Amino acid sequence: MAPKRTFAPIAESPKIRIGLVLLSLIYILFFLVLPVVVVFTEAFSRGFAHYLEAVTEPDAQAAIKLTLLVAAIAVPANVVFGVAASWAIAKFDFVGKSFLITLIDLPFSVSPVISGLIYVLMFGGQGLIGPWLDEHDIQIVYAVPGIVLATVFVTFPFVARELIPLMQEQGAEEEEAARSLGASGWQTFWRVTLPNIKWGLLYGVLLCNARAMGEFGAVSVVSGHIRGFTNTMPLHVEILYNEYNLPAAFAVASLLAFLALVTLVAKGILELRYGHELAPVHH
Amino acid sequence: MTLSSTRRALAIVLGLSVLASPSLAAQRTLLNASYDPTRELYQEYNAAFAKYWKGKSGDDVTVRQSHAGSGGQSRAVIDGLRADVVTLALAYDIDTIAARAKSLPPEWQSRLPNNSAPYTSTIVFLVRKGNPKGIKDWPDLVKPGVAVITPNPKTSGGARWNYLAAWGYALKANNGNAAAAERFVGQLYKNVPVLDSGARGSTITFTQRGLGDVYIAWENEAYLALDEFGADKFEVVMPSVSILAEPPVAVVDRVAERNKNRDLAEEYLKYLYSAEGQAIIARHYYRPRDAAAASAAKVQLPDIELFTIDEVFGGWKKAQAEHFNDKGIFDKIYKP
Repeated sequence: MAPKRTFAPIAESPKIRIGLVLLSLIYILFFLVLPVVVVFTEAFSRGFAHYLEAVTEPDAQAAIKLTLLVAAIAVPANVVFGVAASWAIAKFDFVGKSFLITLIDLPFSVSPVISGLIYVLMFGGQGLIGPWLDEHDIQIVYAVPGIVLATVFVTFPFVARELIPLMQEQGAEEEEAARSLGASGWQTFWRVTLPNIKWGLLYGVLLCNARAMGEFGAVSVVSGHIRGFTNTMPLHVEILYNEYNLPAAFAVASLLAFLALVTLVAKGILELRYGHELAPVHH
Repeated sequence: MTLSSTRRALAIVLGLSVLASPSLAAQRTLLNASYDPTRELYQEYNAAFAKYWKGKSGDDVTVRQSHAGSGGQSRAVIDGLRADVVTLALAYDIDTIAARAKSLPPEWQSRLPNNSAPYTSTIVFLVRKGNPKGIKDWPDLVKPGVAVITPNPKTSGGARWNYLAAWGYALKANNGNAAAAERFVGQLYKNVPVLDSGARGSTITFTQRGLGDVYIAWENEAYLALDEFGADKFEVVMPSVSILAEPPVAVVDRVAERNKNRDLAEEYLKYLYSAEGQAIIARHYYRPRDAAAASAAKVQLPDIELFTIDEVFGGWKKAQAEHFNDKGIFDKIYKP
């Protein structure tokens, strides 16, 4: 008697499998592909010359420069912090370790608007140390320092979150070996730890940068919306949109969308090529 | 580094320093924190003022703009937004700055003519072409099935004018009966599907997202929408009676002095009252104080019956406390 064809208990029937794949494809098409296509078609709706004008006019240039400046400060700051924190958490045992991990995750669980508001309440004119800052003519909120601070806060966990599981998985044996062979702390870091985590670090930097450039909520609260001065690219897009200047709004938005696409591709390459050297969650 | 490359580097540095070196004219900047619908007005006015100031003093001036809901802007200036001048939707928002941040004197409103309001405006209705819901006057806004767009009175100045205009109409229609007015306004807000934080957000909601049958709008915002989208999409409806809105302007003394901008800031506001300033104001569908300017700009806004906030509500402080502060009447009637 021929054995009945059976499926492994955890395998779905082909119908269900095709159905699920189709469903997710349709979902991606509507919620990801279509919006990106719309952004680019709207951006070029009045021709390439208009597009070029929209991204090169002085206010747009100022917004692009500010966005790059903010990312250029926030990302390195969070790389230094992220490496230090994950080093401490993965390689050493100390009291309050899990509390520290929770703290690092805090920006993920707090609404960005609240993150921005914290800085207004701290450094604003009526804030905790606002009057002192005002006396010494130091401006933090409604100026570039506030925008940088808010961005650092919301992008805080990306690098650390990426490195902690990776370093925990790698353990401390290689470092211990290096130390016992006479390497100094720095030598151990540069020659043993860093090469081990470089792809994971790059992965974290990529995500951190994408968020730093794209952040809207927190920055919106501390920016003051001064045209050509404290507007980052996402805020500039909003302003253009509110001024009925849709093609220009979409033109600047297309730059952000392009950044997202580059990030996505780079992320894909990292996962594909160096997946085994990333944190276990990406395997 | 070879000699030639050193030389080239030097040449570049020199070239850059020539570019960056200041010309004889001083370069000055001024920050104007304004409310939402004045973007286009001040864009044109700033260019005109820069030209005027250059001719007068020889200095170049860049006026920076910040726009958001009037109440939000007031809050931002209190929290440290360094605006040399504020041009907000209503006097109460500048009173708050004077009271809480003490950065300008409480009697600021008497420093410029016409209660420091170089232009007035009023509240009208914007409807879709052909007026499919037949909206003619305030009572049509409380009919069932009519979706009304208006911003949030907590953050938007225009929204407060909208609310008070409706209240003033209802008082008039009910012989001054406040309970009836409250019922009327309460019914009106039951027809509001969404409250945006500023007037411009509501304009976008009505015109771009296609939400709502009628948008209670600043007169200038309604006409601007006609200009932007064409008269074949929307119509302006004038109610039988509305409120006279006086958006005031003021120098924020503390900021202007710190920035050494007092002369510039004062002249910036004074020039709004000049013939050129008033003509620009008229072109952007505000009502200029100078009637000649309106006819020169060939913009004639219809005359309708207008009441003032002092007549009907006893001034902004009282209106704000009764209607818009926490646990005021608005909190009572609007439950999302």
